[in-house]
Amino acid sequence: MSYSTAEIWTTIALVALGTYLIRFSFIGLIGGRELPTWVLRHLRYTPVAVLPGLVAPLVLWPDATGGALDAPRLIAAAVTVLLGVMFKNMMLAILGGATTLFVMLMVAG
Amino acid sequence: MTTTKRALMLGIRDGLPFIVVVAPFAMLFGVVATEAGLSNAQTVVFSFAVIAGAAQFAAVQLMAENAPVLIVVATALAVNLRMAMYSASIAPYLRGVPLWKRAAMSYLLVDQSYAIGLAKYEAEPDMTPSARAAYFVGTMVLNMPLWYGGTLVGALVGSRIPPEYALDFAVPITFLALVGPMLKSAAHVMAAFTSVALALLLAFVPYNLGLMIAAVAAMMVGAQVELLVERRKV
Repeated sequence: MSYSTAEIWTTIALVALGTYLIRFSFIGLIGGRELPTWVLRHLRYTPVAVLPGLVAPLVLWPDATGGALDAPRLIAAAVTVLLGVMFKNMMLAILGGATTLFVMLMVAG
Repeated sequence: MTTTKRALMLGIRDGLPFIVVVAPFAMLFGVVATEAGLSNAQTVVFSFAVIAGAAQFAAVQLMAENAPVLIVVATALAVNLRMAMYSASIAPYLRGVPLWKRAAMSYLLVDQSYAIGLAKYEAEPDMTPSARAAYFVGTMVLNMPLWYGGTLVGALVGSRIPPEYALDFAVPITFLALVGPMLKSAAHVMAAFTSVALALLLAFVPYNLGLMIAAVAAMMVGAQVELLVERRKV
């Protein structure tokens, strides 16, 4: 990395400031106002609209394997989702997914 | 115990499961950031000032590749744009919460606090504004210091964590475990599928804009499916 100390601090400061303003946007400015029904209807799907898209490339093209499809990670991901859907329990899904990954990696490795 | 204090305790309890993932996630960031060339102080301040794992990883990755500062900042903020939607979706529930509290809550608005907080507000519409604020803060009371501390530990331990521990997959597993329980209707499932399909198809679009396009489309699909299902019932 050829970043200078000043450049690193500048980057951190700008990401921090920008991220805070994004978070504060609606909570801070229009927190007291009612949003129309159609807006709420869309916002209801925010988490299921963002998180799966964020995670999909990480599952299919993991950095750890240089972007190559990886059976243990793929299966661990599937187990995590299945447990989450079946038992509605995030903790159980994480433990099941992590255990699957470690077992698969041991078997594969 | 007052209602507010009880809400705070409930928030702390409901935030507990995340400890298991926040700690390794934070440590992983500490490892990755110092490996990329950040000092221990820079790495910890990064976690303290931003508290947004995915964006922090994206930024450090690009810094390691010597991308221009503006590209790094723009990419990290693009990853965090989803929080504008979180902010908008949670704002209606925070009517009556004083501005300084909302300012503090904004700092704590992350994927996890948003998901647990919103679920609680939807399930219990009669919560008072101060109970809502206390519950929200509660979900982060343990996770926040753990995020800073984990980052520090990761920075100090550095490269001594062997790759076979597959810490890289802590992020996907966390996000997937969050999504699974949310797939409670056809509309949610369709929105999730749209998000995945478009995010993959648009992966070539620079600066994470593909994800933003996929997310907006997925929200529209979710809303439309909800309308269709409602109409069929009537």
